[in-house]
Amino acid sequence: MPKLSYLKALNRALGDEMDRDESVFVLGEDVNFALTNITAGFLKRYGPDRVVEVPLTEQGFTNFATGAAMAGRRPVIEFQIPFLLLLVFEQITNQANKFLMMSGGQRSVPVTYLMPAAGWRAGWGAQHSDQPYSLFAHMGVKTVLPATPTDAYGLLTTAIRDDDPVVFFGPLASLGVREIVEYADLAPIPLGSGRVHRAGTDVTVVALGHLVHEALAVAEELADEASVEVWDPRSVYPFDWTGLAESVARTGRLVVFDDSNRACGMGAEILATAAEEMRLVAPPKRVTRPDGAIVGAVPELDVALQPTKAQLAEAVRTVLKSTGW
Amino acid sequence: MPEGVVAPVKVAEGLEVAGITAVPTSVTVPVAVADSVELYRTMRFIRRFEERAIDLVRAGEIFSGIHPCIGQEAVAAGACAALDPGDIVLSSHRGHGHLLAKGTDPSRLMAEMAGRVTGIDKGRGGSFHPSDFTAGVYNSTGTVGHGAGIAAGIAWAAAKAGDPKVVLSFFGDGAVTQGALLEGFNLAALWRLPVVYVCENNRYATTLPVEAAVAGTITGRGEAFGIPSSVVDGQDAEVVHAAVAEAVERARRGGGPSLLEMRTYRYHGHHTFEMLVRLRYREQAEIDSWKERDPLDIQATRVAEADRARIDAQVELELDEVVRFAVDSPRPDPADATDHYHADGFRPRPGVSL
Ligand SMILES: Cc1ncc(C[n+]2csc(CCOP(=O)(O)OP(=O)(O)O)c2C)c(N)n1
Ligand SMILES: [Mg+2]
Repeated sequence: MPKLSYLKALNRALGDEMDRDESVFVLGEDVNFALTNITAGFLKRYGPDRVVEVPLTEQGFTNFATGAAMAGRRPVIEFQIPFLLLLVFEQITNQANKFLMMSGGQRSVPVTYLMPAAGWRAGWGAQHSDQPYSLFAHMGVKTVLPATPTDAYGLLTTAIRDDDPVVFFGPLASLGVREIVEYADLAPIPLGSGRVHRAGTDVTVVALGHLVHEALAVAEELADEASVEVWDPRSVYPFDWTGLAESVARTGRLVVFDDSNRACGMGAEILATAAEEMRLVAPPKRVTRPDGAIVGAVPELDVALQPTKAQLAEAVRTVLKSTGW
Repeated sequence: MPEGVVAPVKVAEGLEVAGITAVPTSVTVPVAVADSVELYRTMRFIRRFEERAIDLVRAGEIFSGIHPCIGQEAVAAGACAALDPGDIVLSSHRGHGHLLAKGTDPSRLMAEMAGRVTGIDKGRGGSFHPSDFTAGVYNSTGTVGHGAGIAAGIAWAAAKAGDPKVVLSFFGDGAVTQGALLEGFNLAALWRLPVVYVCENNRYATTLPVEAAVAGTITGRGEAFGIPSSVVDGQDAEVVHAAVAEAVERARRGGGPSLLEMRTYRYHGHHTFEMLVRLRYREQAEIDSWKERDPLDIQATRVAEADRARIDAQVELELDEVVRFAVDSPRPDPADATDHYHADGFRPRPGVSL
């Protein structure tokens, strides 16, 4: 059976949607030469009307995509660096995402914002290592964060077919992940459906994005001590609260492993909702970036600000030991 | 009130803007004269500095890789030589040459790129975002085109504080399609701020050729705001110097901003990752034809051979020391990772409470 990498899954999902639906097109910087490999082979296959190389005009081309979407197309914008999503935050959250409501339901804006390199790049400096998915969830923009090639394929497909704006975060640290798949099994995955990667009974670890793989490793390490369930929401907005509640109902304990900044990050939202609505037998914990984390330009400083496996293992042990509220 | 700064401009009856107007033309500021030998030295230093930096990228000492400015040395050297030490430079992701030409300590710049505590930003800026206030380099933004407005703000504040400085803002051809750059132009022109905008048109933004990106012209963007704008041979350091000196003189006189489009070329890939991934977005013949007008070769013809030999040898000795300093300097302590987050020393909570 073929081995599919995360990056190749994105290339395949986008190509499949472009084959299936003429209205889909991709625009972005360096897409002709497929700098990120997402659009590898596309210029030849689809031509310059569907593979649109754009200048460094992010605010302009993000609004351009909104316009094209209003006029019936399904643009997919590829962004090179996470901070570019901050540069176009207004265009996504205020122009595109509010338009359906503002037009009284007359016209939706089906744009996909594809960020295939989200998160920390060792040594690339403070301006290149953001992980802003929580911000989009906060603003009510549909936002997905798949961890595996199959999920990346399924959620990119869904994002493109969805009639609303959807931000797709592909964690940089997951791009190399490979999975043995049957191509015929690749299929759309609904927004807001979580996934149990590893069943367990003692504690639920909610892991997001590339941290899913690290959480699975920690769960294995702790296998002699505890039965750890690893649960991945896959999309952060909408969020599969029902799926989380089911997991927590089984385990009663919760640790969140989240690459967001701590204050007002997804981890905070997950703990708050669980505390309000679910039956937790012990106080939950989260392992995140620090508050307002910016990372520097030195690998050893940067890594000190990333959530680590060791922190997760310790948090899991603390939650397991806790005798209650 | 210092020369060059007068009362705010009245743009309409009753409406004042925070402007700086031209002083009477009787005030003259001498245009600097190029020092051919010094220009050669600076360019030679930049080129060899970048080559040594590439060695350190290969050796894993500069973890981020770099955006080499090899081929564009004449712009950095010629432009910065036209500034006073107190003037300000804003750089870009391809900024090592700018910093060196403005007078940054090369050892501390290399240490910065290698992420050492002795670096000009204690390893927090790295190769991509270095700043060095001791040399008047305020910023190298990673957000292409977003230095233009920052430059205007610095120039405005300095003039208002009675200590006018010329601010020289470097950016690439990729920046001229960015709205924020044009917004910066507008403010600088509206308020006649002493800014020199230097566009290094090296023909590509990563893989994108300038023809596929820019409608109209680069200089036309300046002209639209009433900014004197011209195209300059960016391979000849003395031509660059003369053009920038004229713009600097205009700025000091209160004549407002200028835009200079330097036609130049980068010999290497966009970033050193192109040593690993071969991207065929430009023809070898094009690269070769630019190398025929190599900025160092052009400047070398103006320097006696004996002087050149002496300079070249001296540059090698200095760079040995630069590299030694960078590599031997200590790496930062991860315990200090949240130093400098806030001006009052306030520290963020860690990502986990245990
Ligand atoms: C606003 C913005 N868009 C995209 C990028 C990604 N990026 C970094 S450098 C670069 C090319 C810049 O080209 P140019 O301005 O011509 O400078 P050069 O690299 O040629 O020196 C791109 C696309 C960025 N850093 N900022
Ligand atoms: Mg360029």
